[in-house]
Amino acid sequence: MEQVYLGIVLAPLFGAVLAGLFGRYIGRSGSHWVTIAGVAVSFALSLLVFKQIIIDGAAPFNGAIYTWMVSDGIKFEIGFLVDQLTALMIVVVTFVSLMVHIYTIGYMHDDPGYQRFFSYIALFTFSMLMLVMSNNFLQLFFGWEAVGLVSYLLIGFWFQRESAIYANLKAFLVNRVGDLGFLLGIAVILMHFNTLDYAQIFKMAPHLAHETVTFIPGYEWSLMTVICILLFIGAMGKSAQVPLHVWLPDSMEGPTPISALIHAATMVTAGIFMVARMSPLFELSETALSFMMLIGAVTALSMGLLGIVQNDIKRVVAYSTLSQLGYMTVALGASAYAGAIFHLMTHAFFKALLFLAAGSVIIALHHEQDIRKMGALKNHLPITYWTFLIGTLALIGFPGFSGFFSKDAIIEAVYESTLPGAGMAYAAVMIGVFVTALYSFRLLFLVFHGESRVDAHTRKHLHESPWVVTVPLIALAIPSVIMGAIHAGPMLFHDFFGKAIFVLPQHDVLAHMGREYQGVMGFVLHGLIEPPVWLAFAGIATAWWCYIKHPEIPAVVMSRCATLYRILCNKYGFDDFNDTVFAGGGRRFGRLLWQVGDVTVVDGVMVNGTARGIGWFSSVVRHVQTGYLYHYAFAIIIGLVLMLGWPLLSQ
Amino acid sequence: MPADFPLLSLAIWLPIVGGLLMLATASEQRVQHTRMLALIVSLLTFLCTILLYTHFNHKTYHMQFAEKMEWIQAFDINYHLGIDGISLPLILLTSFTTVLVVIAGWEVIRYKLAQYMAAFLIMEGLMIGVFSALDAILFYVFWEGMLIPMFLIIGIWGGPHRVYAAVKFFLYTFLGSVLMLVAFLYLYFAAGSFAILDLHQLKIGMTAQVLIFIAFLVAFAVKVPMWPVHTWLPDAHVEAPTGGSVILAAIMLKMGAYGFLRFSLPITPDASHELDWLMIMLSLIAVVYIGFVALVQTDMKKLIAYSSISHMGFVTLGFFIVFMIFEQTGSTHGAAMGLEGGLVQMISHGFVSSALFLCVGVLYDRLHSREISAYGGVANTMPAFAALMVLFALANSGLPGTSGFVGEFMVILSTFKANFWLALLAGTTLILGAAYTLWMVKRVIFGAVANDGVASLKDMNAREALVLGVLAVAVLGLGLWPAPVLDIMHPSVQHLLQHIMQSKL
Repeated sequence: MEQVYLGIVLAPLFGAVLAGLFGRYIGRSGSHWVTIAGVAVSFALSLLVFKQIIIDGAAPFNGAIYTWMVSDGIKFEIGFLVDQLTALMIVVVTFVSLMVHIYTIGYMHDDPGYQRFFSYIALFTFSMLMLVMSNNFLQLFFGWEAVGLVSYLLIGFWFQRESAIYANLKAFLVNRVGDLGFLLGIAVILMHFNTLDYAQIFKMAPHLAHETVTFIPGYEWSLMTVICILLFIGAMGKSAQVPLHVWLPDSMEGPTPISALIHAATMVTAGIFMVARMSPLFELSETALSFMMLIGAVTALSMGLLGIVQNDIKRVVAYSTLSQLGYMTVALGASAYAGAIFHLMTHAFFKALLFLAAGSVIIALHHEQDIRKMGALKNHLPITYWTFLIGTLALIGFPGFSGFFSKDAIIEAVYESTLPGAGMAYAAVMIGVFVTALYSFRLLFLVFHGESRVDAHTRKHLHESPWVVTVPLIALAIPSVIMGAIHAGPMLFHDFFGKAIFVLPQHDVLAHMGREYQGVMGFVLHGLIEPPVWLAFAGIATAWWCYIKHPEIPAVVMSRCATLYRILCNKYGFDDFNDTVFAGGGRRFGRLLWQVGDVTVVDGVMVNGTARGIGWFSSVVRHVQTGYLYHYAFAIIIGLVLMLGWPLLSQ
Repeated sequence: MPADFPLLSLAIWLPIVGGLLMLATASEQRVQHTRMLALIVSLLTFLCTILLYTHFNHKTYHMQFAEKMEWIQAFDINYHLGIDGISLPLILLTSFTTVLVVIAGWEVIRYKLAQYMAAFLIMEGLMIGVFSALDAILFYVFWEGMLIPMFLIIGIWGGPHRVYAAVKFFLYTFLGSVLMLVAFLYLYFAAGSFAILDLHQLKIGMTAQVLIFIAFLVAFAVKVPMWPVHTWLPDAHVEAPTGGSVILAAIMLKMGAYGFLRFSLPITPDASHELDWLMIMLSLIAVVYIGFVALVQTDMKKLIAYSSISHMGFVTLGFFIVFMIFEQTGSTHGAAMGLEGGLVQMISHGFVSSALFLCVGVLYDRLHSREISAYGGVANTMPAFAALMVLFALANSGLPGTSGFVGEFMVILSTFKANFWLALLAGTTLILGAAYTLWMVKRVIFGAVANDGVASLKDMNAREALVLGVLAVAVLGLGLWPAPVLDIMHPSVQHLLQHIMQSKL
């Protein structure tokens, strides 16, 4: 089996290297063929693994590939852990990646950086696979940073644009803040477990559950809480949780295919995956669970609200991604890891679909992204419209669509949770349902319905996108509809994940819910009488009322609630704060240290001051060396007198 | 190869003799001949050091390839050479870098080429001598001898303020080294020997240890350089020709760090223990303070120079965190990782800083400016170069998979065992390092074409691509598989660790 796993990761890498280094020789089509073939092989092998592990129930694989280094007797290895969680992740990653590869042929058709783009996304697929297949923290960190790197390269793909290279630097640095926490978390683990291997750490964790550590004298903290919160800080960076979320909206500067692949479906969910993978650790710290639930709740609601005021089609979807990541984090906090992963999967399908469909609109309009200049595109772009509608319905949790099952499970799980903060989180995710439906249908109505605000020239040339674009849309629309119904039962309430996810009995909200579970139909019918669905319908109705029925309402609301509107438009001031305090403050501090510390004190006073001091001293002493014989003779006489006189006087 | 073949001597004297020969036969007409000769000599030296590696026994901490001849009998000064797992990687780095420098100077240097090449070759021999000397006076001679070619390189082939920089460089490092000589003399009178390994065994009282430690510290701290004796480095780098910067950053800075391992720690372990707080503090100042200073530099070479100081902070931190780990945990478990991390950081910094200085050299040769503001959008006209420079910049920011990550990772892990807050401070390099490096990349490489100069740029020629390509392979190789380098070090590091944990009082 090892060969299969190696094949899964190496096939995309091979494509990436070929397209990257030899793109000029193999040409455009050569580049897309070689990378698509690589990812396709990877997808096929992933399906094989999925079948073996999940359907046939084969034992998980855990083994090393090579020893990266040995230091202090500790082996740092590169290796794979392939269990149910991994098997699911690799299928999702390779499937979405394959769709995005195909879509890119159409989307990047005229771009001069065609080969480079394919090389990057294939490299991304490799990195993401290494991340999810890792069996130890070292490789996890490798993958973690590698996906960050590719994200950096891809956000700045159009490197001539100032906004793009601002956004990619920002993304890298904000992620680095999270990574610092993550790295320190790894350091705590290494210090207390003496290994970075998951299996050994999970085995030892219960024995260390009551250990404490002291960082500030007089304060004892639970070891597990420290580990989990540090690791979660890493997840907050990668999965864009408040306050480390600021990079994700700006990442939309990258080409749309990567917004779908990296900044919606896969990379940003790495944090969610990591926490689920670490469930044996997180289960041991209720403080960390509560912390996650609170952060997730704040993200889910506050970022959803921002989605309502955005006018860039991609940014609306980006804020929706932030909000949905908040939902997943809330689920993790409620110990509903399976629910989080379930939502991760459904979200990967429908959000990739929404982004790609948005991209299809963007190409049709010649790279126009402002929804105020769209409208009534429904008949011009039928396939795009219907798939976008499917994605939207899945996103808002319309009964029967995939998102319905996963979101409902999360809301229910939070309701059942008894951890501190669950009540607040429940309120946030409930209001969030209304907000989600509102901004989603606002987007849908403004883009596809109502009056056309497209300029006349563009309107004349409007046509549906080519098949390389529409086929991936359709291919993603199908799982967006059905995956929820298929997987809801097994994934949430049955033993789908086996030992890959660990939940303490007292936290096991899903098991509690499972006792009332009566099949998919029961789930849907039950859902229909629950408040979330009605909140979603209310959101749709509000959007319809404001943007179709009475399009003059939004302007009125805007002027009535000007302060609130300004706060939302300023994105709660996070960006201004970071720019002034961290970026500006860092530069000012650096200049201070340089000009005062280095230039004035060290060089001015100490170094050149010493030189000047010596010069001054010499100039004084030089006066003694007059060159006149009688001065010297006089000095000799004084010397003699002193030398002879001293013994005489001292007697 | 016979067991007593003087391979080390060959590696030292081959480039020195080659360099002298070149000086003797220098002529402005036979430029091609001079270049080829320099290349051949540097390649042969590199080959010698490769042989050192292939014949090196990984299992022992004992000095290997030892050579010993009487030199000044009256004071028992010997021509005594030998290497262990600490010096071998540095010797390899030296000969490897010199080859690159020779190729990098190929057609860039037009003024007194033979003298230029000769200076680098002679310096190579002296530097290998520093890393293999087992006699304190021999070490001192190599150490000081090295200043002369570097002084000339900066002073003759440097930029407009080369004389100020060369004199500053010389005085700074020379003054520091004089104290080291005093310490050697004291040790000689106490031990009756200049043999470094004898000095390791010498029992010394605490006061004497502290004084010796401080004398060594002054000498080595200037070379590393540590705050606050670092200001010669940015000036020297800015004025030095590209090759000079490369050798300065890749090898000369390592000598200070090597000195700590070869002299300070084993000869004065108790003083090192007593004063470890000072060393840790200075190291962290290097990481954090200098990181901020690097952020606001407007000259690319200065920025990389400050970044060097910051990265070298990790080396000294890794070396001196050992005692604190022992105090906090009661064992030396985790301490070897700090020492080895520091060593790996030295090698990695040798690759990465060389590469970055060479990158600046490539740009400087074309537009004759080192100012960040003179560039912008270089990726448009030099895509291949941009790809490599971004790779090296990422390595400089410690990206996993590149060599820059390995040492920092190990030192942070090991510092964590000593203290959470120290590790947190050291870890800020994750953010600061990325900020100053990638911000520079943003302003130089990315963006729209900034001016006519950038628009006229031609991508790398084959020679430049070769040099940077080789370094890229080295950076990735060490990052993806550091195990072979670490395996060489283990026995020597373990031995050193045991040694410094035994009190000499």
